[in-house]
Amino acid sequence: MLIAVLVSFGVAAVAPWIVRVVGDRSGWLLALLPAGVTAYFLTYLPQVAAGESVLERTAWVPSLGVSLAMRMDGLSLVFALMIAGIGTAIVIYAGGYLRGDRQLPRFYLLLLAFMAAMLGVVLSDNLISLFVFWELTSVTSYFLVGYKHEDETSRKSALQALLVTAGGGLAMLAGFLLLGIVGGTFEISALLSDPDAIRQHDAYLAILVLVGLGALTKSAQWPFHFWLPNAMAAPTPVSAYLHSATMVKAGVYLLARMSPGLGGTPAWFWLLTTAGVLTMIAAASLALLQRDSKRLLAYSTLIALGTLVTLIGVGTPGAIAAMVVFLVGHALYKAPLFMVAGSVDHEAGSRDVTALRGLGRAMPITWATALVAGLSAGGLPPLFGFVAKELAIEGLVTAPWLLAGLIASSAVMVLVVYLVVWKPFVGREVTAPTPPHEAPLSMWIGPAVLALIGALLGIAPWLIGDGLMVPAAAAVLAELHPFQLYLWHGVNLALMLSVLAVLLGGILIWRWRGLHDGLRARTTHVRFGPVAAYDATMAGLVRFAAWQTRVLQSDDLRHHMTIILGFAVVLTGATALLRGDLSVSLRHETGFFYEYIVLVLVAAAALSIIRARTPLVAITALGVAGFGIAVVFVFFAAPDLAITQFLVETLIVIIVALALIRLPLGALRGEAAVGVRLLSGAIAIVGGVLMTLLTLAVTGVPFDATLSAFFEAQSYPAAQGRNIVNVILVDFRAMDTLGEIVVLAVAAAGCYALLRRVVGTGGESPKRDERAAPGRGEGA
Amino acid sequence: MNSIILRTASQLLLTILLLFSLFLMLRGHDLPGGGFIGGLVGAAAVALYAIAFGYRAAQAMLRISPRMLVGVGLLAAVAAGFLALLQGQAFLTGQWWIIGLGEGAELKLSSPLLFDIGVYLVVVGTVLTMVFALEER
Repeated sequence: MLIAVLVSFGVAAVAPWIVRVVGDRSGWLLALLPAGVTAYFLTYLPQVAAGESVLERTAWVPSLGVSLAMRMDGLSLVFALMIAGIGTAIVIYAGGYLRGDRQLPRFYLLLLAFMAAMLGVVLSDNLISLFVFWELTSVTSYFLVGYKHEDETSRKSALQALLVTAGGGLAMLAGFLLLGIVGGTFEISALLSDPDAIRQHDAYLAILVLVGLGALTKSAQWPFHFWLPNAMAAPTPVSAYLHSATMVKAGVYLLARMSPGLGGTPAWFWLLTTAGVLTMIAAASLALLQRDSKRLLAYSTLIALGTLVTLIGVGTPGAIAAMVVFLVGHALYKAPLFMVAGSVDHEAGSRDVTALRGLGRAMPITWATALVAGLSAGGLPPLFGFVAKELAIEGLVTAPWLLAGLIASSAVMVLVVYLVVWKPFVGREVTAPTPPHEAPLSMWIGPAVLALIGALLGIAPWLIGDGLMVPAAAAVLAELHPFQLYLWHGVNLALMLSVLAVLLGGILIWRWRGLHDGLRARTTHVRFGPVAAYDATMAGLVRFAAWQTRVLQSDDLRHHMTIILGFAVVLTGATALLRGDLSVSLRHETGFFYEYIVLVLVAAAALSIIRARTPLVAITALGVAGFGIAVVFVFFAAPDLAITQFLVETLIVIIVALALIRLPLGALRGEAAVGVRLLSGAIAIVGGVLMTLLTLAVTGVPFDATLSAFFEAQSYPAAQGRNIVNVILVDFRAMDTLGEIVVLAVAAAGCYALLRRVVGTGGESPKRDERAAPGRGEGA
Repeated sequence: MNSIILRTASQLLLTILLLFSLFLMLRGHDLPGGGFIGGLVGAAAVALYAIAFGYRAAQAMLRISPRMLVGVGLLAAVAAGFLALLQGQAFLTGQWWIIGLGEGAELKLSSPLLFDIGVYLVVVGTVLTMVFALEER
């Protein structure tokens, strides 16, 4: 299984070259990958149908208990087949939809990488590797939503989707870590085998909320639903794939996967059913405001996601059976519907359902596909969507308020279907921004095949019933509950309610125009709700960042240094006073006379820094003080330290002198105000006294020679070196040194960028002068 | 800076200081020295030359930009770490190849040495990036 994920990542990596070499028809070639992966996963069908699960474990970071364990059971197989199977249709479709697009190589790279990551999510049996794949789907989704990156709306939507899902992902990581601590392992199958240990633990509620946040943001549940309709800024293949069939179902997957461990408690029931029903109701209401076909479909996706989450929350065998069937049914109709909407946009020039009319004659295959998928979406027989909806109604029949939400939102689904698959296509006269024509083969074959599978499974649902749906439900329930799938259940409550939903939908269709215009007129000025909360949070974050930058990092060097040194002195001083029992030993050892000479020299240098009239004198005097201290190191037999100190002091003098010569700051004229000088003086004196006391206190403590002894003993035998200082730097603690030289490199890059901006020679960035503040350009 | 004494002296000092910086770096494993100290001496040598002749001359003498030195240095240090991975050991574990040269003398090549060379290059590159950026106008 890992091999399928790795091969997919590998093909994704070379996809740009394949596209460049093969050109326009590369979609057909690249589709061999998802098709092959689908075939590969189909080989697991017999084992899974027999109720077995297959486990593969590959060590990744064994010291942290992180493995790339992959596990195949009914639930994983359903998801893997959906991801790879629908992926095949999408890859072919994208080749036609984005034909001639300059960025097609990048597109396929991201799309296939997404597919690989998504497969990783649904196959992982380790929480940490699941999290990594999960975040990879968020990142690839970010780039795919922002595909038209020259458009500001695309960029904003991409960022919004990323922030909401990655924010939830962080909460989820916290939940996973808690789960790992509580259960003592990160292996999902091991955790789920002992559910009582989790459910009865004090941290259960925290785990549930944190993991739930991850799942609910990813699956766009209220109040996090708003990112999904905005993500429709992505090209249609992305919307069809990520934002209806696969990625948004990752949250559903996670909840279903965790259900045996976290589910079955009142908290679980209320959290999921509340989120699910509110999502259904909110999405159904908001759908009435839409006339863009993709946004209409996005809201209908939200309805479906709400339904799935609600069913998982209810968690009875009937509800879970309905959940897995509905999951497959939804994927089989929603992906084709999106692709149809994209084809209409592509061939007729609009997604506004009120601007299109009579496309049916010009686009017969597209229309036929739309009708088949649409009937399934509307929950009408004899399609798979009907089977799924009957089961969902039966699954919720014990909770009337949930059922009411489902019926109401199903009515809106009927309206959406009418607006997307009927309204634009009927009529004799053609109304469209551009003369419509049939989509090319690459753009109708995928949706048509998916819609046909939906029709076939409607007539013969037993084809996947025992082999796939029952094992999938068994994986969620952690025990086997066989059920049969029928197209015709007889005249019962579910059928009656289904008919009721369709009738309500009919009324909505009849009154749509008036309802739509009225609601739009009343809601254009609404300025509250989750979207406003998101916007306010983002604006507040930026304002806070600006404020703290202004206060803490002003342009004034003196101000800057006062804050840094002041905090250092106050924090160190307070800690020393409050916590440490400083026993300062003033034990006096007479030194040699030349030590006193050096001390006098350092003190004199320090005095001349204060008295200096020009910066050059001050910096030179500082250098003298530094050299004096280096000489002290020599006296006390620390040659490496002394050499370093000498060199650093030399270079500081050189660099600062260069800076002073080049930057015309002049002499130390214009003394600062008395208050400021007193403050600076106070910080300096307190800092100096504090350091002296700390040094005395530290040297007063008996020296612990354990480490020195270890390094002295090990330096030559273990690292072939006699200079302990250097051996520590390049061998024992080389990782630290590596970190330090990386910091050096970053500092060099920062200095280079800053100095070029201020001193600047221009040339590299032609727009620089436009951006530079007045008076800071070339002549500064 | 237009000083004939400085110009003459810096030409001589450049060679001596650069050689000395390499000497410091190479002997560092057993005696005071090492990549950091050596790098500082090397940087000081070139900085002196740059003060005497201007940064353009120093840049021409160096041939590659100091920023490139930083990058090459980081690569060398990371490569030293990967040598251990190739042997199946943890990242940055020291690897030694001791070649006997007869009469008791031996040449000790090692991944810590390569790492130290990386440190040397990063230090020289960083200091010179700053010095050149200040000199450049």
